[in-house]
Amino acid sequence: MTSIGTGYDLSSSTYSPDGRIFQVEYANKAVENSGTAIGLRVKDGIVLAVEKLVHSKLLVPGANRRIQTVDRHIGVATAGLLADGRHFANRARDEASGYRDTYQSPPPLKALADRMGLYVQAYTLYSSVRPFGISGIIGGIDKTGPALYVVEPSGVYYGYHGAAVGKGRQLAKTELEKLKLAELSTREAIFEAARIIHLVHDDAKDKEFELELSWVGEETGGLHLPVPKDLFDEADKKARAELMVVDD
Amino acid sequence: MSPSAQAPIRHDFNPYTENGGTILAIAGADFAVIAGDTRQSEGYNIQTRYAPKVFRLTDKAVLAVNGFAADGNMFVKKVKQRLEWYRHAHAKDMPLHAIARLIQTMLYAKRFFPYYVYNILGGIEEDGTGAVYSFDPVGSYEREACRAAGAAQSLVQPFLDNQIYFKNQQAAPGSPHPAHLPLNQVLALVTDSFTSATERHIEVGDGLEIYIVLAKGRNSNELESLKGVAEVTTASEAIATGERLFVLRRELKKD
Amino acid sequence: MNFSSHSTMNPMAWGNLREDAYPEPFGAYSHNQGVKPRADAFTDGVQRTQQPIVTGTSVLAIKYKDGIMMAADNLASYGSLARFKDIQRLHAVGDYTVIGAGGDMSDFQYLQQILDDLMVEEFAAEDGHPLGPAEIYEYLSQIMYGRRSKINPLWNSLLVGGFKDGKRFLGYVDLLGTTYTASTLATGYGAYIAQPLLRKAVEGREDTLTEEEAREIIKESMKVLYYRDARSLNKFQIATITEKGAVISESMSSETIWAFAEGIRGYGAQTS
Repeated sequence: MTSIGTGYDLSSSTYSPDGRIFQVEYANKAVENSGTAIGLRVKDGIVLAVEKLVHSKLLVPGANRRIQTVDRHIGVATAGLLADGRHFANRARDEASGYRDTYQSPPPLKALADRMGLYVQAYTLYSSVRPFGISGIIGGIDKTGPALYVVEPSGVYYGYHGAAVGKGRQLAKTELEKLKLAELSTREAIFEAARIIHLVHDDAKDKEFELELSWVGEETGGLHLPVPKDLFDEADKKARAELMVVDD
Repeated sequence: MSPSAQAPIRHDFNPYTENGGTILAIAGADFAVIAGDTRQSEGYNIQTRYAPKVFRLTDKAVLAVNGFAADGNMFVKKVKQRLEWYRHAHAKDMPLHAIARLIQTMLYAKRFFPYYVYNILGGIEEDGTGAVYSFDPVGSYEREACRAAGAAQSLVQPFLDNQIYFKNQQAAPGSPHPAHLPLNQVLALVTDSFTSATERHIEVGDGLEIYIVLAKGRNSNELESLKGVAEVTTASEAIATGERLFVLRRELKKD
Repeated sequence: MNFSSHSTMNPMAWGNLREDAYPEPFGAYSHNQGVKPRADAFTDGVQRTQQPIVTGTSVLAIKYKDGIMMAADNLASYGSLARFKDIQRLHAVGDYTVIGAGGDMSDFQYLQQILDDLMVEEFAAEDGHPLGPAEIYEYLSQIMYGRRSKINPLWNSLLVGGFKDGKRFLGYVDLLGTTYTASTLATGYGAYIAQPLLRKAVEGREDTLTEEEAREIIKESMKVLYYRDARSLNKFQIATITEKGAVISESMSSETIWAFAEGIRGYGAQTS
């Protein structure tokens, strides 16, 4: 449902006659046009995966990472404007650190998502700033177990078992719905995530991409870590192989 | 008389302490020697047997700091930072007399909460002569031929006044006192000063670190033969053509 | 700075000494009488000077062949009262370092929080350069010296010990910002009672001293401290930091003999 809001879309502090804030909707467009990011909440942890579109062969592999560590036990994957994603992760780090100082305990995911929702929403109130052009998938393990939240440019956030944002989100969501997420282990989820990312990548429309994978689970001791090289290579290889089979 | 009825007692945190030790610097015609013992103490406690008090600033300038060690170490850091900024701004090292003036302004800036440090700066001046500058904690300074500072200052300085300035000593007729002493003699004086200070002052001992700065073109033959000497000149070209810096470590009695 | 209100651009402020000393930040010069003078260290007088309240006593540490060994008892005293008897005064910072603290325990808790936040920041940065003991030591020295220079010290004596990239590290830093390194260190009463024992056993033998020998001398020193330090407890922990990382032991006690007291005439109810 794309519509232009001529006249009512110049600033966040203007409603359109039908009650929409177009700047926020345009911010969502920035998210929709970016490389896919997905999160899986499984039995013993969470997995984050990103289709990082590489616009130049001159870039060093591993540059411009879109998955950031926010606290020991929390990771954030963003889709949209990369710089906004950095800012979002930095603020999340400060919020997590502040929570630790006040409550002498690592922040629960719900609390962090709530704070980030509030923060992002504040940028939709004023004409002097623009809304964040990112959706952030926040995943981690706290006392209640694994948790996954997505914060959108409007400031709205929901908890998910499986989440996808960005270009290939429709296809990714379809794939995620097919999975029995609550029964998978994080190790199995890594393979699924890699497969889905490879699947949604449109070779015709976009050039090269790099897969980014991170996990929090029993195998990481509750820490948010990049998936180790051997496991990463295995998942990547298997995902590519499955694609070949599909194409035949 | 119980103390509970008295006026409230005020506790005041004293931000200073004394860490003992002694430093000494002597200027020659074309060299300078800057030495310090390596003991750091507090009262009757030896905190460590090796805590350097003499630091290389540039290949031509060496700073010895003594008094309150925390201030001393922080002050050296700040001087080094200023020298680095100078190097970036002027594409050359700061000359010795300029470093001396810089130290004065840095010390005086904290005139109302001083660095409790007695500084001695030694090295080679722009004209190639050996130089020693000594400072008080708030930046009063002057250039001298020799200076001792620290716990055993009162033991060492008089000895130096006699042996370097030849005070209270009459020269034999026909052979006047030399204006400058040769390096090997100066090193002997330094060693003797410290071994004697170690004997009679409890805060001096453990080890001795001597820095020797040689002017451009001065040969280092007499140094090469000394045991335990190490060259610390950094500029690789300098080793052939510029000022050179050496360090010498010696043991002192540990009691 | 609001340049249009700076005194060079504000004719009302030219030649006005007050404006030079306390520049009016929003240019509202003449009618803004309530400009607070900039605060400096002496603004409040010397009210921040402190005394330590809940305190820990000695911390000991030595270098040995494989790394560093550090020990501290489990007591936090409230003056002469042995108030908290299950406190851990050794704290691991990352994988390579352990710090031990004597002095005010609330200040130590504050430092622990600062260091923990620092380590989380470093973890999140994922830059491949984890902080080692030398960096933690430098960081702590700067904090301690900075606080003393504001006449508001963190009233602690800290030992920092660690092992990284094949190198052992052992350093001391205190409320004045005084720092030093040696192969044996001890704070508080430990400097008088334990240090001579540690030096005799370790000095010159740092590279050959085995773990068992190191543990022996540490335990012996903790025993002597319990005998002689009136603010100590016979319950302590030993931390070992080697290439395998930092391990803080469970609490242990020394075997002590107090029966000699009965041989003293006039002991207890005895009259001879």
